[in-house]
Amino acid sequence: MQAQHEIENAMPAASDKLNIESIRRDFPILNLKVHGRQLVYLDNAATTQKPQVVLDAIQRYYTEQNSNVHRGVHYLSQLATREYEGARVKIQRFINAAESHEVIFTHGATEGINLIASSYGRKFVHEGDEVIISAMEHHSNIVPWQMLCEQVGAKLRIIPINEKGELLIDDLEAMINARTRLIALVHLSNALGTINPVKRVIDIAHSHDVPVLLDGAQATSHLKIDVQELDCDFYVFSGHKVCGPTGIGVLYGKSQWLESMPPFMGGGDMISSVSFEKTTYNSLPYKFEAGTPNIEGAIGLGVALDYLTGIGIDRIAEYENELLDYATEVIGSIPGVKLIGTAREKSSVLSFTLENIHPHDIGTILDQEGIAIRAGHHCAQPVMKFFNVPATARASFSFYNTKQEIDTLAEGIQRVIEVFG
Amino acid sequence: MSDISELYQQVILDHNKKPRNFRKLESANREQEGYNPLCGDQLTLYLEMDGKVIKDIGFQGSGCAISKASASMMTAAVKGKTKDEAEVLFDEFHRMVKGELDPEKEENHLGRLTILSGVREYPARVKCASLSWHTLHAALENKDEAVSTE
Repeated sequence: MQAQHEIENAMPAASDKLNIESIRRDFPILNLKVHGRQLVYLDNAATTQKPQVVLDAIQRYYTEQNSNVHRGVHYLSQLATREYEGARVKIQRFINAAESHEVIFTHGATEGINLIASSYGRKFVHEGDEVIISAMEHHSNIVPWQMLCEQVGAKLRIIPINEKGELLIDDLEAMINARTRLIALVHLSNALGTINPVKRVIDIAHSHDVPVLLDGAQATSHLKIDVQELDCDFYVFSGHKVCGPTGIGVLYGKSQWLESMPPFMGGGDMISSVSFEKTTYNSLPYKFEAGTPNIEGAIGLGVALDYLTGIGIDRIAEYENELLDYATEVIGSIPGVKLIGTAREKSSVLSFTLENIHPHDIGTILDQEGIAIRAGHHCAQPVMKFFNVPATARASFSFYNTKQEIDTLAEGIQRVIEVFG
Repeated sequence: MSDISELYQQVILDHNKKPRNFRKLESANREQEGYNPLCGDQLTLYLEMDGKVIKDIGFQGSGCAISKASASMMTAAVKGKTKDEAEVLFDEFHRMVKGELDPEKEENHLGRLTILSGVREYPARVKCASLSWHTLHAALENKDEAVSTE
């Protein structure tokens, strides 16, 4: 099916637009009926749906390839190892890492950040040092740093945002000092949709010899990621938000950092030799991959990235921007709707409130219409506090969504207004 | 499929818009925080106990229509009741919203509170309806720490 796409999309069509009907056929779940209605899935920032090629790859792994990796001399173990390591190379290409051993498999972006907080933190962050994050972080890029700072007696500093949800980058320069050890910043905000000026942040940080970690959980499915061009020191993302399986994620780190950092977890696969007197750690990337990994997850993620590449990230981004513009106009013009997060550089996320109607009530009523959105604080309570709302309703888009679905959402919101009279 | 208007009945919408006993009780001799970390619903319950009797009750906080209406109706239902009577209502209400007690078939003391029975069709919303009751339960038990539905 993927090959079919490549052919269709490679053809010099009348326009360079995506063939959404064809793409939707690749995602079996999109045909689902929910409460008797056609599913309208607009919760892509929470997780994306999976194309058939990814489902097939997982099925194939367990029916034809299942074995443990890096251990066996037998046929299946070698096959599984080849597939697993093949996925690593696919990811390396997708993010344009210089080396495949700079790609560490984790179980998600959260684990990636925790790995850096624990490993880089233990080695380089000491009492009196400082770590900088922003006011629009997901809890997963706040709490690990709070835990680290509490442990070692370091200080957490926060880059502020404005009322549009944009980073106040001018404040950054003054925040960096001789004690700054790391800047950890979200690439694309899950609660607001803001795309941060990460290249500028990295340039500023590097001019002070401060490394930068980017949380790409939300960005990776919407923006072209080139870690060498960005020159970021670390980049993390999750498989399940890029059409891959859950429980698999990636930590990219520059070799020189990863080499200098201690292991995160101890166990099998991360050692060269073990005796009760001394253990020698394995080389990269295995030093950071203790225990039997999520093999089918890695393989599935590789296939998912192939699928996205086949369609073209640039074309995906263009179409998703079209969807966001349309939704901003259609939903934003409903009387009573207030958009939360109106940054100039924005992607794929429409967070909003509706008069005095609580987002959970909006979510329940929309659900009865078959429409899936997220209602809540989006694991970003400081963002909610900044905008002085307890929660927001959030519609988030993927390339398989359509303008008709946004119209259905608008009708659903009208229904909410009717119910609450 | 259940009709959404069975959940959002007029009485519930009315309690949401004009919650009863929605005030800080100056005469309170017990105060209890309740919190639903999943959705951020938060409420503070104020009780004025006269021996074993709930002499007066008030609440403040923010939350969805279901949680606000449920808290409002709860305060109206338990005012003047004894601790034991309120605990019976807590138990019955809790079982009703979880679908373990059918108020139309089984004997109960719920009265108007049965209007909230529609919640049982919406598992994600059961915690919204029961937050205030858990908070009341903790207040009557005189627990010190804040109540969480998680």
